[in-house]
Amino acid sequence: MIRLTWRQFRTQATVVSGILAAVTVLLAATGPQLVHLYDISIVPCAARGDCSDAANALASRFHLLQGLGTVLVVVPAVIGVFWGAPLVARELETGTYELAWTQSVPRWRWLAVKLGLAGLASVAVAGLLSLMLTWWSSPIDRVNADPFSVFDQRGIVPLGYAAFAFALGVAAGLLLRRTLAAMAVTLVVFAAVRVAVTRWVRPNLLAPLRLVSAVQPPGSGSFASLAPPQPADWVLSDQVINAAGRVIGQNGAISLGGGRYGFVFGRTVAGGRMTLQGVGPCPTGSPRWVPADSRAPRSTGPPGSVSPGWTSGRC
Amino acid sequence: MTAVLAADGLGKKYGRRWALADCTLRIPPGRVVGLVGPNGAGKTTLLRLAVGLLRPTAGAIEVLGRPPGDDAGQLGRVGFVAQDTPVYAALTVADHLRMGGWLNPRWDDEIARRRACQVGLDPKQRAGKLSGGQRAQLALTLAIAKRPELLVLDEPVASLDPLARREFLQLLMSIVAEAEISVLLSSHLVGDLERVCDYLVVLAASRVQVAGDVDDLLAAHRRLTGPRRDPRTLPGDQEVIEGRHTDVQSTLVVRCAGPVLDPAWTVADLSLEDLVLAYMSRARVPDSADRKPSVLR
Repeated sequence: MIRLTWRQFRTQATVVSGILAAVTVLLAATGPQLVHLYDISIVPCAARGDCSDAANALASRFHLLQGLGTVLVVVPAVIGVFWGAPLVARELETGTYELAWTQSVPRWRWLAVKLGLAGLASVAVAGLLSLMLTWWSSPIDRVNADPFSVFDQRGIVPLGYAAFAFALGVAAGLLLRRTLAAMAVTLVVFAAVRVAVTRWVRPNLLAPLRLVSAVQPPGSGSFASLAPPQPADWVLSDQVINAAGRVIGQNGAISLGGGRYGFVFGRTVAGGRMTLQGVGPCPTGSPRWVPADSRAPRSTGPPGSVSPGWTSGRC
Repeated sequence: MTAVLAADGLGKKYGRRWALADCTLRIPPGRVVGLVGPNGAGKTTLLRLAVGLLRPTAGAIEVLGRPPGDDAGQLGRVGFVAQDTPVYAALTVADHLRMGGWLNPRWDDEIARRRACQVGLDPKQRAGKLSGGQRAQLALTLAIAKRPELLVLDEPVASLDPLARREFLQLLMSIVAEAEISVLLSSHLVGDLERVCDYLVVLAASRVQVAGDVDDLLAAHRRLTGPRRDPRTLPGDQEVIEGRHTDVQSTLVVRCAGPVLDPAWTVADLSLEDLVLAYMSRARVPDSADRKPSVLR
């Protein structure tokens, strides 16, 4: 059964191996350059403090290749549509299952071998691509310090997406028994699930933490700004409240770079507060995140003095 | 001796419709069994139950003494050629024969190659490019080379032209003679089966109408023509299968245990086709749908 499955899968496997090889060559050729550039531009400037120019130079130099990251968004969908959906649907549609199921191989083994081989190949392809791109992008990721924006394209996440897309494709094929319909449904459902997970599910997987800061009165600049404890922390929402307790701005924060969030002084906010909600490590230092679900008194103290020592929920 | 196929109250329901109902059959081994009936009579359902592609809704079925199953042993004992003879379009003829070897422990590569060569299959040709007749030959070759004890063919010649049809059936007969296997094949045309079958099962309206040895069936049925007469006045050993009446004359197809003695009748033999048609038209009469099938001992 393994030999038959391989025989049916051979052409596709060869094509994909070719593409993988091409990507490997491309990344192997440019990766060392990227590391070298990082070493001579970012490392020295980090010692001095400000790296934005060097970071921009690095990013623009490899601008096109960074687009390869989106390959890892597309590959699981392609796997689901072209490997998952037709796997069983084509046999049902063309009637060849009647041929396969009346050979001396029980149906459960027929399915197990097909699922095993194609599923393993799916996860392996996504894994290899992710491994290579995670390695290749590591200098850029260090400069950007924004791991949540590329969360879907690094490490083991693409493996999970590939396994899901493959299983989704097979299930759609089994239910619809039509290859083309199964492919279309797989694509639509996969895209929908992916958007839903990124936008609505993932922010809620962990109870968010909160950072509250008294807004400094005008005079310290034209911005009220607040930075999460770590630049890489994931800010989910922000809010500015004036002294009267009215919300005068939310989720319209201006990203100031370097992980800072700010609000333009339009109205008087003296005595007001600025709040960030986000995902980051639990409180360790100051200023710190506190769990959002704790009933904090609306603190009016200076930044860093907000509800010390509160731990509940995940912390 | 173990029956090739033994069904007891077998039924299969799709939604609210019984595709096959109350099927009780006992087919002796070593026969070439023709399963005949109009389209939609349940032939394919019965065959798919026999090879284990379907599970019965009611009753039980045993093939070669065991329930048709999903275990390798039983699957190896039954060869199946499905309707429209599906093959993998992207694989070549040689790939298919190799596949047969991979998937069947009792595979006989020698037989497979010889048969493929005999019927003119080019090993390098993709199965998707074969003509209907060649595809049927390939499917038959695959089913034969796994050396089954029972060969099941679902409308194997339906899509073939007359010449390919004859060649296919000839090949089938040579295989039966050579390998001593039982064959169960279906068709909606009696003509196809007449030449090859020695046992007949007539299926109509989801039920078995009659089953038995072809010679016995022919010996037990007569066409009676004579002056108009109420069929209910016939002797008890004569069962009317089909009756047609004009004002003055009655033409009856009857099954009779003994000779017809009434001199008023002109007695004639039936052809197999007439016999099958008589049972099929009886099945179309609604009140006869629940009648017990006539099984000849």
